[in-house]
This record gives sequence, C-alpha cells and structure tokens, in this order.
Amino acid sequence: MSEIKKTLTQPIVANNPIILQVLGICSALAVTSKLSTALTMAIALTLVTAFSNLFISLIREHIPGSIRIIIQMTIISTLVIVVDQFLKAFAFEISRELSVFVGLIITNCIVMGRAEAYAMSHPPVASFWDGIGNGLGYSAILLTVGFVRELLGSGTLFGYPVLLTVNDGGWYVPNGLLLLPPSAFFLIGLIIWAVRTGQPKQRETAEFRVRPAPQSEGV
Amino acid sequence: MSNSETFNLKAIWALPNDDLRKIVAVALVVCFFCAALVSATVVALRPLQQHNQAAFRAKNIVEVAGIWQPGSPISPAEALKSLEQVWVELGTGRVLDTPPPLPADPQKIARDPNWSQPLARSEDPARIKRQPKVMPVYLKRDANGKVTVIVLPIHGSGLWSTMWGFLALEGDGTTIRGLKFYQQAETPGLGGEVENPKWRALWHGKRAFDEQGQVAIHVVKGRVDPNTPEAQFAVDGLAGATLTSKGVDQTVRFWLSERAYGPFLQSLRSKGDGQ
Repeated sequence: MSEIKKTLTQPIVANNPIILQVLGICSALAVTSKLSTALTMAIALTLVTAFSNLFISLIREHIPGSIRIIIQMTIISTLVIVVDQFLKAFAFEISRELSVFVGLIITNCIVMGRAEAYAMSHPPVASFWDGIGNGLGYSAILLTVGFVRELLGSGTLFGYPVLLTVNDGGWYVPNGLLLLPPSAFFLIGLIIWAVRTGQPKQRETAEFRVRPAPQSEGV
Repeated sequence: MSNSETFNLKAIWALPNDDLRKIVAVALVVCFFCAALVSATVVALRPLQQHNQAAFRAKNIVEVAGIWQPGSPISPAEALKSLEQVWVELGTGRVLDTPPPLPADPQKIARDPNWSQPLARSEDPARIKRQPKVMPVYLKRDANGKVTVIVLPIHGSGLWSTMWGFLALEGDGTTIRGLKFYQQAETPGLGGEVENPKWRALWHGKRAFDEQGQVAIHVVKGRVDPNTPEAQFAVDGLAGATLTSKGVDQTVRFWLSERAYGPFLQSLRSKGDGQ
C-alpha cells in the first residue's frame, strides 16, 4: 500500500515530470492562459498516461522489442482520440478552446516517457498508479501556472472576475505579457528555482567549473 | 509443425518476441483492438457531437439577434425556431426558392468548391480568399409578416486568424442590432476583446448605410466623437489592436457591400417587408 502511495506522490514534487525532468513543456505553455483549459488538459493527460501505462504494462511481456515504440504510440494515440471525442461530446466549448492541444498529447514526452521507463518493466496496477501520479505532477504545475497567468493576465479565475479590469470599468490594468506563451517559461523557471531551493537534492552537479582567470603579472 | 498449428493463436503467442510471426501477430492484434475502440467511440458519440455543433450555432444566432441571452428560460434551439432561415444568393440578393444541398454552416460553405468562388486580392478586402455564392440568413417577422430582425453570417481576417461571426440588423436593413464573433484567435486581451460584451454593445444602434445607400459604418482608431454627425456610422476601435479593428472594419464593410448582402438588404429597405 505504501508502495502505491509512494508511486503516486513521488512525481508531484520530489520527481515532478515538468520541473525535474523538464518534459511536456509545449502544452504547459499553450493551454495555461486560462484555468479552465489548464484543468481540462491536466485531466485529459492524467487519464491518458494512466491508461496507456495500464494497457502497455498488461501486454509488456508480448511486445516485440523491434516495434515497441510503434505499439506504445498506437495505444497512446487511440486513448488520445477517445479522450478528444469525449471532450467534443461532453465539454464542447472547452474542446474548441483546446483545439489541437488535446491531439498533441500523443507527442507529449511524459506519456511516452512513463510508458517506456515504467510500464514496460512494472506490473499493471503499479503502472496505472504511476501514470496517475505523473499526471498529477503535470497537473500541479499546469494549475499553478494557469492560476497566476489568468489572475494577473485577465483578472479572472475560471472566468469569474476577481480583479475588476479597466475594460470592464474596474481598476486593474491586466498584464498582457502573462497571456503570451513566454510568461509560462518565466513561471516554470521560478517554480523550478523555488523547488530546488527547498530540495537541494534536485540540484544538478555542475558539469564543469569556471577556472579562475590566470594571474597576469604586469598589470 | 503442421499448417493448422502455425495458425493456432496460442502457439503464436508462445513464440519468442523477436520471431517475425509473433511481431506481425502482435501488431495486427493491437491495431485491431485500437481501431475497434476508436470506431466504437466515434460512432457512439457522433449524435451528441452534432447536437453540440448545432446548439453552439443556434446559441450564437439567437444571442446576436437579441432574442436570447444566457439565463433565458428557453433553450437557444427553442429560440431559433422563432427565426426563419432563408438562403440568399450573394451579389444578387435573390432568395433561393429551394434550399441548396448544403449544411447551414458558413465554414463548410466557404470551403465547398461548388458553392464558393476564388476572390482576387484586389476585390478581397476582408481577405477571405473564397467568397461563398449563397449564405443562410435568419429573419424574424412580426405578426404582420414584416421583417424585424436580420441575422447575417460574416467572416474575415483579423491579425492572426479568420474571425467567424454574425451581424444582426433591424428590419429597416440599416440599423445594427448586434455583432458577435464566435470563433477567432486574435491576441488575448487585445484583439481578443472583439468578444468583450462592452465593445460589442457599441455597435448597437449604429447605422450601416448612409442616405444614398452606401456602406457607411466603419471602425475608427481611438474614440468616436459623439458630437459629429459621423458618430452614427462609427464605432470605437479596440485599444492596442489596430490591425484586428481594421480587420473587423473591412469584414463588416465587405459583407454589407454590393458583392455580398448589399443587394439583399437594398431590396428589404425598398420594399420594407422582405418579400
């Protein structure tokens, strides 16, 4: 039981796929200008990672090594299409806003990474929880970034006005930079800094050191 | 090993993973199950998705017509029933007697090679590249059969995207009731403010045509001076979104022009009853 708990909680802070492994950055930039799209994307990715891990783990002993990546891709893309179809049927307006980004979960490195690194060598139940855990790690970052971007960029949270903007007759002048993709880079960078300050273990050892400049005598 | 054993599934499953027969078998089985799952989902969910599409279009039409807003007691589809859909030939204003074999979806019509024609750059201010030959127009009539509301589908390029929307006019064929873009990808917070209800409300009551019947409505840069006679034909531009504002201006003016809905609106204005 504690093993499952560890699989589930490890990827949220200690081994987060976005901030430690720096995977899945593309969609983290694209869908976080609003919390509603960030939340939908987070749920979609968590489900896809969990079930792709489950199915790949179920047949892992029969997957020929030579076509293993293609088999993984087939299973992942099937799940992504199914999720996309469900969104179009049950969350139509949000699926319009997410447009191609749900489809792009297929190429999200977190899903592929967990399939290859975990599901291929672990039993189905553990793989499923590993998928949920990594999905939650991705979700935590997406929601944090989405919270800051929507609050400061539009003055709203989940579309509800929190800081009344000047355009709507209030006082808050929205910071347009936060609605543009680069702001997500800055925020993710700040989160990585904060987490590595708290957890020094995550700091990478320097690959090289800058040598002190040679002392020249004449000066 | 006999032939029947070679095609025994269990025997293939027991083969080593790098055996060619096993590779082909695993690939086929995975493909079969995945294809079945995708097909089943698509077929099972299609009615719901089509319902959503239709409801989304209905909601935009009745909202711009001003006969429905979020919170109304009836559904948008219900409200849409009070509108009459007619097919208008663009450029001539003729109302088709028999509906063409087209879905009432402007995006599909604009792509249909049989029902749209390419536009030269010089005659394409809204930068839409292909002009539809017909469009579904929605009319609301009062008890005497007099047209009171006209809803026209329009689209044109903004800064980044094609903006798809509806323009609603009063029955006089010139006073604007509303403008709504339901699909656009302009800069959020700047051009994206074309969806802002405050800005959309500025269009209400403006006049599209001058006394001579020429298209007069336009978007100005900055604010409209309400003390000039021009003010009835002008709408404030969006702050910080000059190119999106220009796109809206060109789009609205193109669709009201002689090439598009102009002749249809002309006939409504002269007859006054839209028949």
